[in-house]
Parts: sequence; structure tokens; C-alpha cells
Amino acid sequence: MQTRYSFGGDEHIFVEVDEEMSLEAFFKSLSMTTAVREAGIAGVTEICPANASFQIKFDPDVIAPQALMDQLKGFEAAAEAAEKTIETRIIEIPVLYDDPWTRETLMRFRERHQDPDATDLEYAARVNNYPDVASFIAAHAASPWFVSMVGFVAGLPFTYQLVERDKQIEVPKYLRPRTDTPRLTIGHGGCFGCIYSVRGAGGYQMFGVTPMPIYDPAGKISYLKELMIFRPGDILKFRPIEREEYDATVAAIEAGTFVPKIVPVPFSLDAFTADPAGTNAKLLEALNG
Amino acid sequence: MAERSFEVVKPGLATTVQDLGRPGYYHLGLPLSGAMDRFALIAANRLVGNPDGAAGLEAVFLGPELRFSADALVAITGAELPPKLDGVEQPLWTAFKVAAGQVLSFAFLKGGARAYIAINGGVDVPEVLGSRSTYALGALGGFEGRALKAGDVVPLGAPTTAGGEGKTLPPDGRRPAQESGVEIRVLPGLYWHRITEEAQAGFFEDTWKVAPEADRIGYRFRGGKKLDFVPRQQPFGAGSDPSNIVDSCYPYGSIQVPGGTEPIVLHRDAVSGGGYFMIGTVISADMDLIGQLQPHQPVRFQSVTLEDALTARAVETARLARLGELI
Repeated sequence: MQTRYSFGGDEHIFVEVDEEMSLEAFFKSLSMTTAVREAGIAGVTEICPANASFQIKFDPDVIAPQALMDQLKGFEAAAEAAEKTIETRIIEIPVLYDDPWTRETLMRFRERHQDPDATDLEYAARVNNYPDVASFIAAHAASPWFVSMVGFVAGLPFTYQLVERDKQIEVPKYLRPRTDTPRLTIGHGGCFGCIYSVRGAGGYQMFGVTPMPIYDPAGKISYLKELMIFRPGDILKFRPIEREEYDATVAAIEAGTFVPKIVPVPFSLDAFTADPAGTNAKLLEALNG
Repeated sequence: MAERSFEVVKPGLATTVQDLGRPGYYHLGLPLSGAMDRFALIAANRLVGNPDGAAGLEAVFLGPELRFSADALVAITGAELPPKLDGVEQPLWTAFKVAAGQVLSFAFLKGGARAYIAINGGVDVPEVLGSRSTYALGALGGFEGRALKAGDVVPLGAPTTAGGEGKTLPPDGRRPAQESGVEIRVLPGLYWHRITEEAQAGFFEDTWKVAPEADRIGYRFRGGKKLDFVPRQQPFGAGSDPSNIVDSCYPYGSIQVPGGTEPIVLHRDAVSGGGYFMIGTVISADMDLIGQLQPHQPVRFQSVTLEDALTARAVETARLARLGELI
């Protein structure tokens, strides 16, 4: 892991903890951003952790850029040695896979796709060596996923599959980004999954939709008073549902009676690395009781 | 209905409520938002006696038509979008009186891209997360989270000062939109090492043109040579295109070049992160300038050092400080 520091103009410092994605890089980035927050450095205005990197926005009229960069570098050794354990929560996301809305959208943008004759699910199943779409969906929904970044647009989680690297789903992004993606699409690009919080442009392959809003600018939905649900470090679990449950969930959300399933859990990177299957079993047990 | 308000007769192209933005939520994907040309909004607010951070309107390319329910003091700055009151042309960068019932409209754009409309008392939409700025992509803030539409009745705050009619910012205190020879200063960095030396030189030598896809999220440019990448084995998780990286944060002003072809400079409504490499960042002093660029306008990027960037920033700070003396 080689950490690289760069100025993003005169108001940002960009720190790439590692060129490639790993949970080790995420935890080091998280430790460093926590250290920056706890240091309460005057002039630091935004602290943004990402998958394997992070970004600090600052006011150069308050703190000299080089002085801030030196201070950040000083946090690195301690971050590397820090315990890679967090108190977090696991959140269940019901998903209607192969739904009519993403299907309609992907057909509209077929000429921007690697394989215009297949759906995104068929393509993703094939390039990841699954015999069919059903077994691909089963794998996608079987393991928990780790929220390693929130961003792109409001409240959108980037998710990292909690399985050994050789089992992780990987798919290229669209050849050219779409100009439209249905709200609450479950997407995937590179090794990352995501949930599109709003309708808009996107380049990730589309697998399904969740009926459960994750961002509410009006703050009216009962569990979205803080406008969005996800924070970096959250763990989520997809649960395949049928159209009937999808419609019932949409109705329950409108009626204000839907309560998302959220359970507090600890997560230790060392425990996960030593025994991914056992760690996941414990996470799912916490969720499903 | 609010005591003071205006009614939108015609909305213009994409007229939004903006103040100086909503800092502090970028880590959750909520960008700063706020006026793209911050200097122009501050100047307009000063002219009508508002605090710098009062909410005004940002009109892009085409002005709106607004009917006022109450007397008001109005100033238009930024783009050269000549205002008219009941059809009679009014000066730019100058506070003028609007009487209840009068209609503010605009002639065609003569220069720049974004005009700022400040009204004494400010636009009084509810604050969301500490700001009245519109973030349209997230349907947040502003007037119902969107650009204005015909028929909207937009509330105004109570004016805090009286008078001020005829206050003007002398031409040498303004920053007029440039027609030609626009140079945007860039600090190379971020993933600058990903392109070849030849591509690095070419980026700054070429003349680029603003593409039609230019909005509050970002400005796209085309017309320069395609950037060649230093060959590498793509890191795990990045994706297969050489312009892909493991999704990271995007600084405001950062320049991403998907596929190495068309640079995109992220602006006030930036997407907060993503999987495209960036070659550097537009310095803070030149962000306002970008907000005044029109499609097809030619620009060049100029490579500067961090010291240059800080010097340019000090020049802008002094320009703002001078506003106090001039108005």
C-alpha cells in the first residue's frame, strides 16, 4: 500500500491511500479521516472519506496548504497501526431483481453497452462465470456488502462485496454513460455495487430496484428525517423480493408504516480476513435473529 | 401569501434561487451549490443593501420575467443581460427601484452566461441544511428543489435597510465577462501522472471549446487532442478503461477526462465522487470565470503552481474588499 498526497487546487488535499481497492485501504483512509476530525484543525471545512482514498477541503486563508499536508502525513503511521474494528449496523435492502423499469431503461441505452444482445444481468452473469441469471442473483444477494463510500450524488452508497477477492462480482461500466437511470436502481461497476439515490445519469450495470427510498430531500419519510440513510462503514444485505412485496412496500412507505430492518453490529477487518464465511454468518444471524 | 413576493411570469431557461452555498455535506454527496459566479452575487447583494449571503436568483443565458407584489430595490450583475422595467431598459451593476405591480424582464444576452438578480430583503425560501441554494439534481433547497416555473409565487424577506437607489459599482470594480482569450488557471495534480508527457504538454497547448453540455454540475470542453495514457495494469476495483480509477472523491474544479477525450470541470453542483481520473484542479480564483463561459467559447488552460494559485486568490480577496469602498 503506497499512500500518495496531492493538492486539488488551492482548497483541497487529495490522499490516495492505495491505487487498488481493499478493505485494508478503506480502514486506513477511515482512520486518517477520523484523526483529522478529532484533531479539530482550524480551516478544515470538509472531510470526505472514499473507498481507498479521501479528500480534505480547507480554507487556505486560515491554514497554509503545505502545513496542512504535513499534518496529514503525520497521521499516517498511527492510522496504519490502528485497530480495524468499528461499531456499525447492518441494513436490509429488499430488491426486485430484473424489474420492468431498469429493463426498459437498459433497452433504451443498448448501443452504449458491451453486449447489446444481452441484458445487464445476463451479461454480468456470463462475465462472472455464473451458469445463469438466477445463480448470479443468488450470489449477489447471499453475502453482506460494505458501504465504503457515500457520494457521487446525495446519499448514494458505494458497496463492496464481503467475500474473498476471487469471488467478488466485477463488471465493466457501460461503454458510454447513460443519461438516465431509474431512482433506486441497484447498480454495479468495477468491483463496486451502488444504489442510485436519485434518477439521473449513470454508467453502472443495472440489476434491479429497491422499493425503499434512501434519500428524501423533503425529510418526510419516517426513517429519512436526516434526508439520507447511509454512512461509510454501514453494512447492507440485499434480499430478493417479488413484485407483490415490492408493491406492498411502496404502499407501506407512502402510508408511513414501513420500518427498515436495521441492527447494530460490530465489524472487525481482522476477523473477516481470517474467516469471511464465519464473519458473514454472524452478521446475517444478527440481522435475521 | 407572503407579504412581499414576486410572481414568475416567464421562468427563463434555468433560473434558480442561489446564495453562497451549503458547505459541510460533501461527504454525503451533497455539493456546495450556490452562485457559480460568487463575486457577482455578492456585488448584487451589496448594491441592494443585503448581506453577502442573501439568496438571489441565478439566470442562465435567458432572463426570467417577474411581476413584483411590493416595492423593491433590485440589482443585476454578472452576465451582460440587460434588465427592463415595464419594457424600459435599466442599467447593470446598479440598484434600481421596482414599484409594486411592475414587471422585470430582460433583453437578449450580450455577454457572459449567468446574471444575478438581488432583491432587497433577499429571496425568502426556507433554509435547508443552512442554505437557500437550489441543488436541482437532489431536488433540495431553493424553490421546491427546482428551477423556477411560470406561476410560481416566490416570497421575499423584509428589507433591512432603506433607500440605496442608484448605487452603482464603477466599471473598474466589476469583472466583466471575457469574449475571447479566456485563460483558466490549473494546478496539475491528482492523477496527472496517468497521462504521457506529450499529453500533459498538449492539454495546455491546445485551444478547447465549451461543449453544449455545460451546467451547474460541470463544464465539458472539446476540440483538443485526445490524451494518451501511461500504460499500466488496471488496479483491482478500478474498471477496465485506462481513464478509470477506484472511485474517489472529486474536488470542486477538478478536471476529469473520461476516455481521455473531453475534459469536464466540476463546478458548484459537482458530483462528489466517481471513477474517472482527474488531471488537476482549476484554482479557486478562476471558478467564477467558468460560470460565465458560453457554449462554443474558446478557452485555454494555463498551468500554474500552488504559489501562483494563492497569489491569484489574494487578488480576488482584494477585489472583494474593494467592493466595500466602491459601493
